[in-house]
Amino acid sequence: MKRLSKQSRANFLTYGGVILVYVLLQLYNSQVGLSSMIQGLLIPICAYVTMALALNLVVGVSGELSLGHAGFMSVGAFSGTAAAIALQEVIPAAPLRLAVAMVIGAAFAALAGFVIGIPVLRLNGDYLAIVTLAFGEIIKSILNNLYVGFDARGFHFSFLADTVSDRLAEGGKLLIGGPMGISRIPIISTFTAGVVLVLVSLVIIFNLVNSRAGRAIMAARDNRIAAESVGINVTKYKMIAFVISAALAGAAGSLYTMSLSTIVANKFDFNTSILILVFVVLGGMGNMWGAILSATFLTLLPELLRTFNLDQYRMLVYAVVLIIVMIVTNNPLLQRTAEDLAERFHRKKPAQAGEGGQSHE
Amino acid sequence: MTFLSYLIQGISLGSIYAIIALGYTMVYGIAKMLNFAHGDVIMVGGYMCFFATSGLRDRFADGSVAQAVIPNLAGLLLAMFVCTLLGITIERLAYKPLRQAPSLAVLITAIGVSYFLQNGAQVLWSSNPKICSSIIGKGVLSLGQLSISHVILLTVVVCVVIMLALTWFTGNTRMGKAMRACSEDKAAAQLMGINVNATISMTFAIGSALAAIAGVLFTSAYPTLQPTTGALPGIKAFTAAVFGGIGSIPGAMLGGILLGVIETFAKGYISTQVSDAIVFAVLIVILLVKPAGLLGKQVAEKV
Repeated sequence: MKRLSKQSRANFLTYGGVILVYVLLQLYNSQVGLSSMIQGLLIPICAYVTMALALNLVVGVSGELSLGHAGFMSVGAFSGTAAAIALQEVIPAAPLRLAVAMVIGAAFAALAGFVIGIPVLRLNGDYLAIVTLAFGEIIKSILNNLYVGFDARGFHFSFLADTVSDRLAEGGKLLIGGPMGISRIPIISTFTAGVVLVLVSLVIIFNLVNSRAGRAIMAARDNRIAAESVGINVTKYKMIAFVISAALAGAAGSLYTMSLSTIVANKFDFNTSILILVFVVLGGMGNMWGAILSATFLTLLPELLRTFNLDQYRMLVYAVVLIIVMIVTNNPLLQRTAEDLAERFHRKKPAQAGEGGQSHE
Repeated sequence: MTFLSYLIQGISLGSIYAIIALGYTMVYGIAKMLNFAHGDVIMVGGYMCFFATSGLRDRFADGSVAQAVIPNLAGLLLAMFVCTLLGITIERLAYKPLRQAPSLAVLITAIGVSYFLQNGAQVLWSSNPKICSSIIGKGVLSLGQLSISHVILLTVVVCVVIMLALTWFTGNTRMGKAMRACSEDKAAAQLMGINVNATISMTFAIGSALAAIAGVLFTSAYPTLQPTTGALPGIKAFTAAVFGGIGSIPGAMLGGILLGVIETFAKGYISTQVSDAIVFAVLIVILLVKPAGLLGKQVAEKV
């Protein structure tokens, strides 16, 4: 290919940026050494960046407000981690086991996304938001009461009460223990795997957005009636975005969980969904770079405040930063100034409009 | 008998949800925003009442009428006063600069305010739970085999009174009519000489005062008070408001009470652990049948 389109050049810049940061971090770590706090945050940051990208596909590109994305994260986390534990003997190589677990987590989350998407995508606006919230809570309740065991004869399930432990044969394991969640998780997630997941998500999302399906999704976002009248099957395309987003969230969930030793379903509650939504909106809806930056920054911020001896006030500062950023970025005067500056800057190259960062209501 | 007592408990819990949902629905109707900080205003109201009652109780003779009435009344009034002020301040500082902004930006700001209130309460009052005393005592009314606690009676009565007062207010007063006009069309209301900003402030004031009442009633029924106390009832009440059709005052009432009854029945007859899941499942089914909620208006989209 001799010449790349402007869009693919921007996409390759994004891939390059992520890889560059990864290489620089690895170099810094081998030469100087990162603090243990930052090292502990690397995998969660990758997971949250993937979550932000996934939610951005639903909120920014598809234009539907989802308040239950932590639900998909937990489906992926529980199924992926349970699979990783069950496959411990079958696949001894940790990286391969991690990859398989993430694929399984993504598949289960995609299935959940499809089942939930059927009713959800019939609604719109705030009603859609509340139903995704409801599904997030339902998933949390179900996982809190689910018991799954594994032995030589296969899987055993029970709901509400733990009858699995008694039925397990010799050498069997209780994988998911209801409200106790999963414990003794093998820690096999690595920063490299996280970066690979982020890159894979970017490739999937960019290719979707720049395809026929992606244009249909954005057309349906901008004007549903107009899109329907030119023959776009709105529900189908919204479903594509929703299921892909759920699958990515599931993979991020598996990655995240396998960097911790225990996990409970309550970790993925409404607050987690909101946290991810904050990443997306703060980064600029539909803008993938923005989502990456804001997810990284906002995951680091509370921890950085911790090091400045502001432990007691850190979430207070976080809240104030959030409010001020929203007010400042939406200030009409500042917006106009920014537009003027951008215009002056781009006068020599008039065709170059801001890519991706559409704002809409 | 268990059926009846579950029903009464459910109606009482639902009445609290309904009062909170009224605040959500009024603010949504006018400002077209989901005020996620509403639940945390309830928590602030609960704390105010707690401080007033626990501070004043020792100043009166034990068992006297004054001890039974004054601290509780002072608690309620202090809670309403502080919450009203808080509601207006939040609106001025955080939401007013975003009048023209996209709705998601306002939503995130509301979430920021919610974090701020929760963590502010944690810094000021610590996260150790405080045990509230009920503002009406532990009395019980017995009707044959059925016994109804005074808190439940009070909650239901207060809820009905608030509902009637609000219906009258929005239907008959100048301010109420202005509110309805603003929720229909802000630009047209402004052209008719309505002060839109004052109307929105008034709505926040009323919504927050209702949240304070809900906070006092909630801590009377469920006495443990923490900085996160308001979060769950806030989400449930938001669900109730959508259930009944968001923007509709009778809808919020109906949605709140139904939600409370379903939750109590699910807890009593099926399982405590999955009662929330059942509540939300019913919500989903209702929204699929009636996508704008029970009493919401289905607005046809114009092309």
